[in-house]
Amino acid sequence: MNTIWALAGIVIKELYRRKDFYVLFVLTALITIAAGMVNFFDDPKIVRYVKDICMLLIWISALLIAIVTAARQIPAERESRTIFPLLAKPVTRGQFILGKFFGCWLATGMALLVFYVFFAIITGSREQYWPWLIYLQAIWLQWAMLAVVIALSLLASIITAAPSSTTTICFIAVAGILLVGGHLNTVALHQSQPLRTIFYTIYFLIPHLEWFDIRDRVVYDWGLVDWLDCVLATLYAAAYTGLFLLLTWFGFRRKSLNT
Amino acid sequence: MKASPYLVLALVLTVCFTLATGIEPRAATWSNRAKSDNVFSLLFGDGRRLFANQFFTMADVYFHSGYYPSVFDLREEGQKEIVEESHGHTDSPEDEIKEDFLGKPKDWIDRFGRRFRITKHTHLGGGNEREMLPWLRLAADLDPQKIETYTVGAYFMRQHLNRPREAEAFLREGLRHNPNSYEILFELGRLYDENDHDTDRARDVWRLALYNWSKDPEAVKDNKLAFEEITVHLARLEREAGNWQQAINWFQAAQKVSPDPNALQQRIDEIKKKMAAQTNAPAAVLH
Repeated sequence: MNTIWALAGIVIKELYRRKDFYVLFVLTALITIAAGMVNFFDDPKIVRYVKDICMLLIWISALLIAIVTAARQIPAERESRTIFPLLAKPVTRGQFILGKFFGCWLATGMALLVFYVFFAIITGSREQYWPWLIYLQAIWLQWAMLAVVIALSLLASIITAAPSSTTTICFIAVAGILLVGGHLNTVALHQSQPLRTIFYTIYFLIPHLEWFDIRDRVVYDWGLVDWLDCVLATLYAAAYTGLFLLLTWFGFRRKSLNT
Repeated sequence: MKASPYLVLALVLTVCFTLATGIEPRAATWSNRAKSDNVFSLLFGDGRRLFANQFFTMADVYFHSGYYPSVFDLREEGQKEIVEESHGHTDSPEDEIKEDFLGKPKDWIDRFGRRFRITKHTHLGGGNEREMLPWLRLAADLDPQKIETYTVGAYFMRQHLNRPREAEAFLREGLRHNPNSYEILFELGRLYDENDHDTDRARDVWRLALYNWSKDPEAVKDNKLAFEEITVHLARLEREAGNWQQAINWFQAAQKVSPDPNALQQRIDEIKKKMAAQTNAPAAVLH
């Protein structure tokens, strides 16, 4: 277990040494503050559009950080050939995958925490209202969703040739699931065979990441999600994360390390 | 021969300056975009109108607190509810059923997913209607010719947020961009009548609205509802002012296009009864 944490620690250090997070955070902060400063009909109480914009930016930034960080882990180690001394420590390939995964997931979680603290300060200072529990649910569910995304990116990174293509493919896949995934059953109903079966198969196979998006509940001040549902969703995310990590391990076990 | 780089730079600058003085006056006539005082028209040109519709829809999404159909959900296309609300329409139980675009869950994924989504049809209230205003403001900036933006925004500001002066300013801005709009004039008349209780101004504005409506062939052909709304409001105004004959005339005009002329006939009969009672009263005193 210590080996996994040691590997994860390196990934976390890498995140705060790189500029990705800072650039995205500064961009999010600037856009949110600029949007919040706009005066609409001299009404200082208008706040939902600021929450909406800020939450959207947090989601985009978190996805970018998660995918970009995860996509470059294994190719970077292979390219710089640091993977050889690492695996000679001895570190098993399974530990290597798990270390990389936990490193990316924890690093993304820390970034997410900074984003949400900023969000809470900005919106709370405007509406004088801090619904901490719904924020806690939002951050937890988003983090659980990011675990699936990171595992998927690690899997894609051992299949595709370069981190750039992994990033692009993963971003398109995740955006597709978030935007269309939940509606594939409706789309399938209007198709003839064999398209209907294909759509249904995809619908039941893909991880339904859109469940974890409770931005509307935060923006429109709807109540909390049932805690039991949060637990079930977390288990669902854990199952898909486990499956993707297992597939990554299978693929990585047989993969030649020479570039 | 080797030219000095400073001389080359000076030559290039001179050529640039000469070209600029020659081309600039011509370039100014190529497009109206640069003359615009609106940052959106400067950036997007006429393409901004596409975004305006999206922002207007966002106002409707906010009005429903996020309960809104996506492009995949089946729902009858019709007026946006913020527009219907600004015309005084309230949801009946049948409307509520019609607006349940989700229907029954199709499978376990759909059922479980709904626990995280907003699945209840509500409308903003208690002053929260202000949350729609940014989107309406943006829609107006992006497409100043979209009249509904002004009428809907002004309606919510004066009716729900008690801000008639801001509503009037918004309507006047709309009127500057759309000087012949009978819809904006109608809404302005409602503001003078219902908020300011200024009968004379309301009457003048509604009459102008009616005049503009009659001058718009498309409206005369397709928008009979606007004619009915204006004439009924004028009739009510005259009834309240005690000008009963004029009130009857306006109700009769409204009857010609109304889907429910009998209801208007009842109002005419009520006024006639009052008129008869008034004319009989002095006679009774004489006897």
